[in-house]
Amino acid sequence: MAERLFSGTGRLSRLFIRRDRLRLSIWITAIVLLNVSTAASFTGLYMSEEEKQAMAGTMENPAMTAMLGPGYGLENYHEGAMMAHQMLLFMAVVTAIMNILLVVRHTRADEEEGRVELIRSLPVGRLSTLASTLVVMTVVNTAVALLTGVGLAVVGIESIDFAGSLLFGAALGAAGLFFAGVTALFAQLSESSRGTVGLSFAVLGGAYILRAIGDVSSEGLSLVSPLGLILRTEAYVNNYWWPVFVTIGIAGVLLVLAFYLNLRRDLEAGFLPSRPGKKQASAFLKSPFGLSVRLQRTALISWAVGMVVLGVSYGSVLGDLEAFFEASEMMREILAPDAALSLTEQYLTMLMAVIAMICTVPPLMMMLKLKGEEKKGRIDHLLTRVVSRGRTMGSYFLLAMITSALMLFLAVSGLWAAAAGVMDDPMAFSMVFEAAMVYLPAVWIMIGAAVFLIGVLPKFSGFIWAYLGYTFLVVYLGELLQFPEWLKNLSPFGYVPQVPVEELSFTVLAVLTLVAAVLVIAGFTGYRRRDIAG
Amino acid sequence: MKVIETNGLTKRFGKFTALNGVNLNVEQGEVYGFIGPNGAGKSTTIRVLLGILKATEGKASIFGQDVWKNAVELHKRIAYVPGDVNLWPNLTGGEVIDLMLSLRGKKAAGNRREELIERFKLDPSKKCRTYSKGNRQKVALVSAFAGEADLFILDEPTSGLDPLMERVFQECVAEVKAEGKTVLLSSHILSEVERLCDRVGIIRGGEMIESGTLDDLRHLTRTSMLVKTKEPLEGLKDLPGVHDVKQEDGAVSFQADGEKMDGIIRHVSRFGVVKLESAPPTLEDLFMRHYEGTGGEEADTDGRTTV
Ligand SMILES: Nc1ncnc2c1ncn2[C@@H]1O[C@H](COP(=O)(O)OP(=O)(O)OP(=O)(O)O)[C@@H](O)[C@H]1O
Ligand SMILES: [Mg+2]
Repeated sequence: MAERLFSGTGRLSRLFIRRDRLRLSIWITAIVLLNVSTAASFTGLYMSEEEKQAMAGTMENPAMTAMLGPGYGLENYHEGAMMAHQMLLFMAVVTAIMNILLVVRHTRADEEEGRVELIRSLPVGRLSTLASTLVVMTVVNTAVALLTGVGLAVVGIESIDFAGSLLFGAALGAAGLFFAGVTALFAQLSESSRGTVGLSFAVLGGAYILRAIGDVSSEGLSLVSPLGLILRTEAYVNNYWWPVFVTIGIAGVLLVLAFYLNLRRDLEAGFLPSRPGKKQASAFLKSPFGLSVRLQRTALISWAVGMVVLGVSYGSVLGDLEAFFEASEMMREILAPDAALSLTEQYLTMLMAVIAMICTVPPLMMMLKLKGEEKKGRIDHLLTRVVSRGRTMGSYFLLAMITSALMLFLAVSGLWAAAAGVMDDPMAFSMVFEAAMVYLPAVWIMIGAAVFLIGVLPKFSGFIWAYLGYTFLVVYLGELLQFPEWLKNLSPFGYVPQVPVEELSFTVLAVLTLVAAVLVIAGFTGYRRRDIAG
Repeated sequence: MKVIETNGLTKRFGKFTALNGVNLNVEQGEVYGFIGPNGAGKSTTIRVLLGILKATEGKASIFGQDVWKNAVELHKRIAYVPGDVNLWPNLTGGEVIDLMLSLRGKKAAGNRREELIERFKLDPSKKCRTYSKGNRQKVALVSAFAGEADLFILDEPTSGLDPLMERVFQECVAEVKAEGKTVLLSSHILSEVERLCDRVGIIRGGEMIESGTLDDLRHLTRTSMLVKTKEPLEGLKDLPGVHDVKQEDGAVSFQADGEKMDGIIRHVSRFGVVKLESAPPTLEDLFMRHYEGTGGEEADTDGRTTV
């Protein structure tokens, strides 16, 4: 019986690789290159011992811990320790995203599109689709682990040694496998690929936040989060392998569960209930804008909740941060703060940049839904009725714009409220609000770029995610790795004045807004002229 | 020998009963037409037969083997064509055909693959993304007919095909039938069913309501009659099996049940027949009567709740 359940797995695995040979190579290469080039960039950085130790000093503060994970090996903060401490979490998140997207694509998405039905009518086992996906994902994660490990070791920095590099790679692979397991499980529970992606990302976000809170205040919480767990490898300093094995072990349990549920359910069915809906359309739904909202309602609500949680968890760190600075007189002198500004406020700017970039994800999703609908041939339903191209695109654009402001507002409100609760010297809401809202024009440029791509270069509209990824890389890590300024200026976020540390410049904001407007206008014009794919 | 045999097959989706005690028997070497209104349960039955859905109750076997337990083994001998074919956008039609064949563990006999591609006028070098609906359907048909199967399960296989291709499809079915293969064909195109099928089964609201050869079924249906008699025709209304009696300038028209025909003719002949016309029921009439029936409201509610 077992053999029959899995028959054809090998053949299907090859089909997976054949279908996605380009996608897989891009993902693997990108992850490995990112790691290796970061390590390589260390050769020119932080020359003197003093500078390294000053860096180590800043790493001890709770805001850094919340963002990057707990510092270790700080007494002798060599390149290896820096690499693992500053990059592992970020790269683990990237690897997790890769796993989520690939697993959904080959499980629930294929099922939803009816391709699994075709496969299942052939002499192929009931579990072979899932099994082949997991076989390939294991291969992919192993490749990421080994290539990263070897690649890092080859860079030839003394403290970035082979044993540590291998562990660093293995930690990435293990985190990837964990999220492959999570996604495989949700692919059984949820009835749609959108639901599967949403739930899996919710787990990823939850794991990040849990770890942030845990790393700052209680170690136990971090151990519950897979992301917290793999940071306990302390690669290059202590080289603990147990977190890798534990993570793989849990991934294995998730997979077994996924197989069990797959066996128990009907094709195209799920376990999470889908309620019967309304018999009639509400007045709101009966417009293109209403439709665009209705289609994304669940995503909108989930993101809204997520943003509040994100804001609250970052905000709750600020109290610890304040206490940390007060306790460490020396730190204050090293960093020579502006007398008028507390160090906390300086860190605030960094948090804001990160929050603003995360808040860019939902509006981009809302906008790209237009392309998704087109690909499924459903935009025709609008355009063949009395709805113009402009109105169709406008509905999604309006929703994206509203979402951008709403998400930023929710995150910043959460942050402020939580900070007010834990700080002795609370910040003014207006200041925090301003620090967040200055990012809106940059977010609009991202939305504008999406509109432009959809209107003018529809085939490449997915590239907006790569651009956001790039932005994340240069802004999030650029500060730490001291990237050159021009790299940062390739992203709109690089221009945003870092209120309250920097002066609020309306000129810069106006220029950014103008650029966004130009992109939007070009996008709308293109959309009116081009063919709609079907 | 029975190729497909189901016994009290029942499938529930939550509270909704999609199949209710379906008994379906398909004999070796026959083409069996499986018809019924939208939402009747045809695709559900087929998906149970393919081991894609698990029956809630009842038994289903193909070649004497349980369809759920022996799905993998069985599928080596079965070719399936769904009505809505979704393919991998970045593979070519040719690649998909080869993939399907190799997944069935078959190699196309001789140049069967090329011959079918030629007959269906398919360009196998195009990416599936660019195929039209009919062309996607052709990919599935070529993959099905190219590998040697003993049973063909076809669920609205010709949806989207042009009349020329429809004819090629019918030839293919005739060929496999000549080779003694068995075909289960679900279709809404009645002329296709009439031309190809030896027997048909009608399903409605999840229940098999009729099964038999077309002649058997015709027998169950009404024939429209027009009679002119010397003497006024009396007592016709009260005769069993007579419906819709109407006077038409000197003649009488009515509908007669097939199995009561003998009695009706005897009765009528007593009045001195001048003219007698009878129109055999068209297949359309036959199906209409079965489709509409009393279970009509099921299809109705279904239409409203499915969004
Ligand atoms: N996964 C499911 N969950 C709930 N109900 C379902 C599911 N699949 C099918 N049904 C219901 O079962 C009934 C039978 O559907 P089925 O697809 O078998 O109809 P069909 O006879 O093939 O119709 P058509 O001629 O339109 O193809 C329908 O009422 C349908 O709504
Ligand atoms: Mg059907």
